[in-house]
Amino acid sequence: MTEGPLSSTFSADGLACVRGERVVFAHLEFRLTSGEALFLLGPNGSGKSSLLRLLAGLLKPAAGRLAWDGQPVAEDREAHAARIHYVGHHDAIKPVLSVLENLRFWARLHDPEAGDARAQAALERFGLWHLRSIPGKLLSAGQKRRLNLSRLLAAPAPVWLLDEPSVALDKASVRTLEAVIAEHRAQGGMVVLSTHADIDLPDAGTLYLDRFAPRPAEAAEAWI
Amino acid sequence: MNRLAEIIRRDLRLALRQGSDSVMVVTFFVLTVVLFPFGLGPEANLLERTSAGVLWVTALLASMLSLDRLFLADYEDGSLELLALTPTALELLVIGKVAAHWLTTGLPLIVAAPVLAVLLHMNADGFATLLFTMLLGTPTLSLIGAMGAALVLGARRGGVLLSLLVLPLYVPVLIFGVGAIDAAVQGLPAKAQLLLLGGMLVAALPLAPWAAAAALRQALE
Repeated sequence: MTEGPLSSTFSADGLACVRGERVVFAHLEFRLTSGEALFLLGPNGSGKSSLLRLLAGLLKPAAGRLAWDGQPVAEDREAHAARIHYVGHHDAIKPVLSVLENLRFWARLHDPEAGDARAQAALERFGLWHLRSIPGKLLSAGQKRRLNLSRLLAAPAPVWLLDEPSVALDKASVRTLEAVIAEHRAQGGMVVLSTHADIDLPDAGTLYLDRFAPRPAEAAEAWI
Repeated sequence: MNRLAEIIRRDLRLALRQGSDSVMVVTFFVLTVVLFPFGLGPEANLLERTSAGVLWVTALLASMLSLDRLFLADYEDGSLELLALTPTALELLVIGKVAAHWLTTGLPLIVAAPVLAVLLHMNADGFATLLFTMLLGTPTLSLIGAMGAALVLGARRGGVLLSLLVLPLYVPVLIFGVGAIDAAVQGLPAKAQLLLLGGMLVAALPLAPWAAAAALRQALE
């Protein structure tokens, strides 16, 4: 899929995130190698979305560093952007563009060489090919989410960052997503995802974000 | 470069299918200019003397009308996050969006301007210069406007704030645009003013996308 060593690592060291005046998490670390998946778990507000945005490069860490094969990610933002696919809370679908036009735009923007064959395969996989000429405004919430997920397949990228990808999906689509993720990992891809629903990924690691939350008691003790 | 073409194509397609922005901008331009003969009276001399200023001030206001939508729609539906995560400089994508904005709003203004100039009894010697100043000036307006539009993202009452931010920056374009036309009408060379307008465009072309991209990244944090 990509040049370079067959196995890559994506790692974080001493990562801290500050939103507003509040420290969301600190001293967070993990290490992912090709083929691995990582679940982000934690109550609301524990920083799952913030961590994913941070990994994507939308947020800057307050401390710590992210590295790809030991190289700091911040040194080359564009190379990092080429490695990742980010699926956030919004589906980024234009109401007046058709399903295929929406997907083709994002695929070509990510990789100008992305062919239409891949876009078709992606839409078929998520059961949207028969809706390809329907404008985005007519899609249901679940169909929009599936179209957003089709981006993952329409242009290749080794790291998938998925923020609650199963929201609005029916059971069959969740199974499809699981299968797509399994194939991606079999090809050496990595997945980081947060979820409240049941997504079943065999031998995926877990990261409990509340473990990295700053404890008020500790902070108070430090003063005494 | 492919990506630049891709985003221009998408924004043009969006503008064509939604249709409202270009039509609104041109209609505003025409209607407002047509108001002046009613307000000032039909006296040809007066209209002729004020024509350059009326056309430029109105074009300025018209081009500001659609600015607040420039990044707002992408910001609200999550597209802006994905644009920022594209493996290319965000500045390049901003240039693409500004180019599409100019093609859908600036270009129609240029097409409408000579017709309105006739209505205002502008001296025929000024027509070529009018077109030339608008050709040089309206892209600068779009570029400066993009900077303002990126800065007010996420602010309440962004539209009002945007005009307060952007209008003062439009003043140099207005001064030299009108100056060039006035000079041409009086049979004087307008080269100096046109060169200054060109210089502003050349300066805005790298600076405005750079500032706008920085503001967009800030808005996404």
